[in-house]
Amino acid sequence: MSILIDKNSRLLVQGITGKEGSFHTRQCVAYGTNVVAGVTPGKGGQNLDGIPVFDTVRKAVDQTGADTSLIFVPSAFAADAILEAAASGIAVVVCITEGIPVNDMLRVVPYLKKHGCRLIGPNCPGVISPGQCKAGIMPGPIHRPGPIGVVSRSGTLTYEVVHQLTESGLGQSTCVGIGGDPIIGSSFVDILELFAEDSDTSGVVLIGEIGGSDEEKASAYIQEHFPKPVLGFVAGLTAPPGKRMGHAGAIISGGSGTAKDKIAAMRAGGVHVVERLGDLGKEAKALFES
Amino acid sequence: MKIHEYQAKKIFSDYAIPVPAGAVAHSPEEAEKIARELPGPPWVVKAQIHAGGRGKGGGVRVTDTVEGVAETAKAMLGMTLVTPQTGPQGKAVRKVLVEEGLSIRKEYYIGVTVDRGGQCPVMIASAEGGMEIETLAATQPEKIIREAIDVGVGFCGFQARNLAFRLGLDPTMIRAATALFSRLYNVFESLDCSMVEVNPLVTTQDGRILALDAKIDLDDNALYRHKDLVALDDPDEKDALERRAGKYRLNYIRLDGDVGIMVNGAGLAMATMDLIQQAGARPANFLDVGGGATTEMVTKGFEIILADPNVRGILINIFGGILRCDVLANGVVEAARHVDIGVPVVVRLDGTNVEEGRRILATSGLEFLVADSMADAAEKVRGLKAD
Repeated sequence: MSILIDKNSRLLVQGITGKEGSFHTRQCVAYGTNVVAGVTPGKGGQNLDGIPVFDTVRKAVDQTGADTSLIFVPSAFAADAILEAAASGIAVVVCITEGIPVNDMLRVVPYLKKHGCRLIGPNCPGVISPGQCKAGIMPGPIHRPGPIGVVSRSGTLTYEVVHQLTESGLGQSTCVGIGGDPIIGSSFVDILELFAEDSDTSGVVLIGEIGGSDEEKASAYIQEHFPKPVLGFVAGLTAPPGKRMGHAGAIISGGSGTAKDKIAAMRAGGVHVVERLGDLGKEAKALFES
Repeated sequence: MKIHEYQAKKIFSDYAIPVPAGAVAHSPEEAEKIARELPGPPWVVKAQIHAGGRGKGGGVRVTDTVEGVAETAKAMLGMTLVTPQTGPQGKAVRKVLVEEGLSIRKEYYIGVTVDRGGQCPVMIASAEGGMEIETLAATQPEKIIREAIDVGVGFCGFQARNLAFRLGLDPTMIRAATALFSRLYNVFESLDCSMVEVNPLVTTQDGRILALDAKIDLDDNALYRHKDLVALDDPDEKDALERRAGKYRLNYIRLDGDVGIMVNGAGLAMATMDLIQQAGARPANFLDVGGGATTEMVTKGFEIILADPNVRGILINIFGGILRCDVLANGVVEAARHVDIGVPVVVRLDGTNVEEGRRILATSGLEFLVADSMADAAEKVRGLKAD
């Protein structure tokens, strides 16, 4: 098992004919993902390496039974693409696009809830269930199937963590990048709830960063409800206040959202916090194999 | 994107939100001329910089003569203003706002921002005007009033009334106050703001309610739909190196340490800064070259890091995903041939095409300290410090 996606997932790629979309579609296919359709308005009838391209998500779903969507649409049109996926009955939407206006996302989130659609991202590396399905832009070969769930607000930092886990002999059930924006579809708690129910996940690595209070909420949830061991790391101990550190959501404002507070909250919630990133693999092995 | 108070007040006026009469001046003469045309005395001269807490740093002064306005403007223009929000280096004052002085009865706080946890806009008010809202939230949270906004229906009349009555405003002012609150939300929504803040909002002895201060932060990601607002950007408010980096779409933030970093990805860049500190040094910058960096971007990134005279060493930390290690290695070698680096460079590569990347570095004839893990990179940075 795994969460969100598995070997039975039928993936649709929105923005499949663009530069990023076509490159990563081929990477997902090479990993073994079942990519059943692509959508680019105006390019219906074409194909990418035999994958049929449709003008609308509705038609793609009707004709191919796609249940999961991966979005590479440019930021000005991405919110609309997410809404289109939800309205067409897609169950899980993974949006890679960076730079979507916050106001657009504030409209998208309640609409998705109404349609029972789960969004991962935006501004994220996507989701991978190693050995089964890759719906994202992460490098496939660093992953190994195994019992550790990974959830993170970051991209390359997650690759670093996964790489260390794999090198330490710890494979992963599913790795989820929830995204670096202030308004995202799924929070740490949303993903932890799924890992809690997943019998193939025996422990979780949670990678946070400065800004917002999602790590604090996750820590409270872990303390009250989460039955499995959690290893945590928070980036940005040296980040100055008031400066946006690359991710739109990574900002310490008015003294709140600091790494120090998040680490303290995690510890209070029973999370084993790793301070030095270089030690993560080693500490994970000690925690999860004890 | 941050904008100046005088620019925010112009936007307020366009949305029929009352503000004191005034205009921006770039010279003492201009300031005096503006004062002569305004109601007064008294007049207020306010330094225009992208930071709050100006009153505490001497950036807001009241004067009773037009000559006093000129003298105050002369003293302020060109001064480096240090406030609790500027950091110790302060910010240079290039413009002042000259306004009519008002007889203030009471000060309030009103603002609109995004509630990340609640995933909705929220209007925040307090009868404790003039105080920093974050300080108030930390010390006296019961004095903050909040109205969460459903974007589907917008900011409602009853919400404006909830705020106005709970602030304890005089009954004769409720109508004007609720209109003002609704217009504030219009500004926030129509212009894609990340924050609109009035601190203080004031009532006057003659029965008016006005925005005595105005702060607007715009969502950079939405600026493409507001071409007219892009012109409000003031490049003088940014660090020169940050400005230069922006031209090459490099995400660079200057810090005050001495080890420069170049990383792909924001989270890994923050973690790399932390690693430098843990190794006993201090990061000189944040630099995320992004997932799709080209050789040229890497070269420019190098030049920008080196343009900071405090830099005594550089750590390049790349986890190859979309950005392949061989592309990065070529960029580093290319840059090293064009720029006189002159400081030790630690390179840590992993991920896609790592062998090819390491081979390019090793055969370049240039001296790099190659680290094979994060832990090893930390050790090599510690070594830089010892040298």
